[in-house]
Amino acid sequence: MFKGLTLKKAQEILSRKEVSGEELTQYFLKRTYELNPKFNAYLSIFENAPGGLPCAVKDLIMVEGEKCTGGSKILENYIASYDATVVKKIRASGSSILGKTNMDDSAMGTTGENSAYGPTLNPLDHTRVAGGSSSGSVAAVAADMALFALGSETGGSVRLPASWTGTVGVKPSYGRVSRHGLIPLTSSLDQVAPVTKNVEDAAIVMNMISGHDALDSTTSPKPVPDYTASLGKSIKGLRVAVPKEFFGEGLDPQVETFIKNAIKKLEELGAKISEVSLPMTDYALATYYIITPSEVSTNLARLDGIRYGYSAEGRNLLEVYEKSRSQGFGREVQRRIMIGTFALSAGYYDAYYKKAQQVRTLICRDFDRVFHDHDVIVGPTSPVMAPKIGEFKDPLQFYLADVYTVQANLAGLCGISVPCGFGELDGVKLPIGLQIMADRFQEEKIFQTAFAYEQSTR
Amino acid sequence: MSTITKEQVEHIAKLARLEFDDAQKEKMTKELGQILTYVEKLKEVNTEGVEPTAQVTGLEDVFRKDEAVPWWDGNPMDLVEAAPEHEGRFVKVKEVFKKV
Repeated sequence: MFKGLTLKKAQEILSRKEVSGEELTQYFLKRTYELNPKFNAYLSIFENAPGGLPCAVKDLIMVEGEKCTGGSKILENYIASYDATVVKKIRASGSSILGKTNMDDSAMGTTGENSAYGPTLNPLDHTRVAGGSSSGSVAAVAADMALFALGSETGGSVRLPASWTGTVGVKPSYGRVSRHGLIPLTSSLDQVAPVTKNVEDAAIVMNMISGHDALDSTTSPKPVPDYTASLGKSIKGLRVAVPKEFFGEGLDPQVETFIKNAIKKLEELGAKISEVSLPMTDYALATYYIITPSEVSTNLARLDGIRYGYSAEGRNLLEVYEKSRSQGFGREVQRRIMIGTFALSAGYYDAYYKKAQQVRTLICRDFDRVFHDHDVIVGPTSPVMAPKIGEFKDPLQFYLADVYTVQANLAGLCGISVPCGFGELDGVKLPIGLQIMADRFQEEKIFQTAFAYEQSTR
Repeated sequence: MSTITKEQVEHIAKLARLEFDDAQKEKMTKELGQILTYVEKLKEVNTEGVEPTAQVTGLEDVFRKDEAVPWWDGNPMDLVEAAPEHEGRFVKVKEVFKKV
């Protein structure tokens, strides 16, 4: 009945009283109970969800009185003691949270396969992953188990899986959305990030969740514009930069074709396309995989088996720490804690962590230079389409999927992934995502561009 | 090829409060070596005189009054009860010091 229903349309039929909030919630709950065993998108479902606009929240974001596992065994029984600011905000905008969604253990992963609770399957091809780390959030939206979802981003954890499931994913500028109640992993990169069915819905959700929060001193006091006002604005004369480094080795030829066609489309719509260079692109991933583990290793020190979460038996305090953490964290999490601890340890700090922070400065300068005379940067979201379950094997293979997304996080930019067509693998059509990035707090430009593109392909 | 020794892995594991058996140590030594080899490409970048970036908000020294502002109307005992081991108003921990 409500299959393919958008958030915008749901708001309209609600306000015209063609449907009640209870009816919407009950329909989506029923569908979720039916479909979830197949896709493993939700880790918990709230059977008493109130009437409203049905949505899903990543299990890294706290909802008072409900479990918040972070996709990890170490928090399997943890009950959140307060609501995240974004949870309060979406509720105040009439949303009803249907449950908490699956994710890679502690948000570390690009396929969703690192979840302690099993992978989320891609609703478009059940033999493939939905993508991570916000695997359940994108699958819930793609399979009509929610009108929209909140995920989170540290290095592409919403844009990447959105591109693999044909959904729209937004990475807000750092400081645009409150992190209060989002379990911190890489504090200098993390942002709450919406997943929706189309660009208009993404602008609506950003209107709901953006803004300063006294409980997160990294939020910006800049006023929040009405993002829906950017929709429908012509992109005639818009200055679009295409970084040549985004079309190098490792890019699937089918993805390349669709992205190039999308860029042509933008040109037809009147945008001025020019090739630019982001010379630090080749170093972004290495920078990311030092900064992230370093911050992660300190942030996760709080999970010690004493204050909350999983606790193992031990003869003394040290044993409780070691056993709880070794049994509670997944392998990828332990790997990153080890890398981070190493990068921050005496004798290595300058060579690794400080070096990465300096390269981060150079990455920011690359973007400052491009945004000096361009409005947006476009390119692929992911170098490949959704891989099969088990297809990625060694850690670096997982890391490389993030190659086009981590830079926006390192530089604090905003970005969006919007579907731009379907490639084909093993006879199955799989979605491809076009990434559009803009400078810090220039979300209006990504919505303007993404909406113009999306409408032109209808 | 960057190498990290098994002894280094043991030392870092101790700092990180993680424990591995022998097979896991071997695997971790190999995997960390691979990752460190990859990230070492940063050495190619000349960063002389470049300031490190720790955050990108553009905000500096965000102050507030040193006043307690109530933001949560929950029950503080819930926080104590979230601890795996607790007794009354206290979180219980295993012995920290050896008895002499």
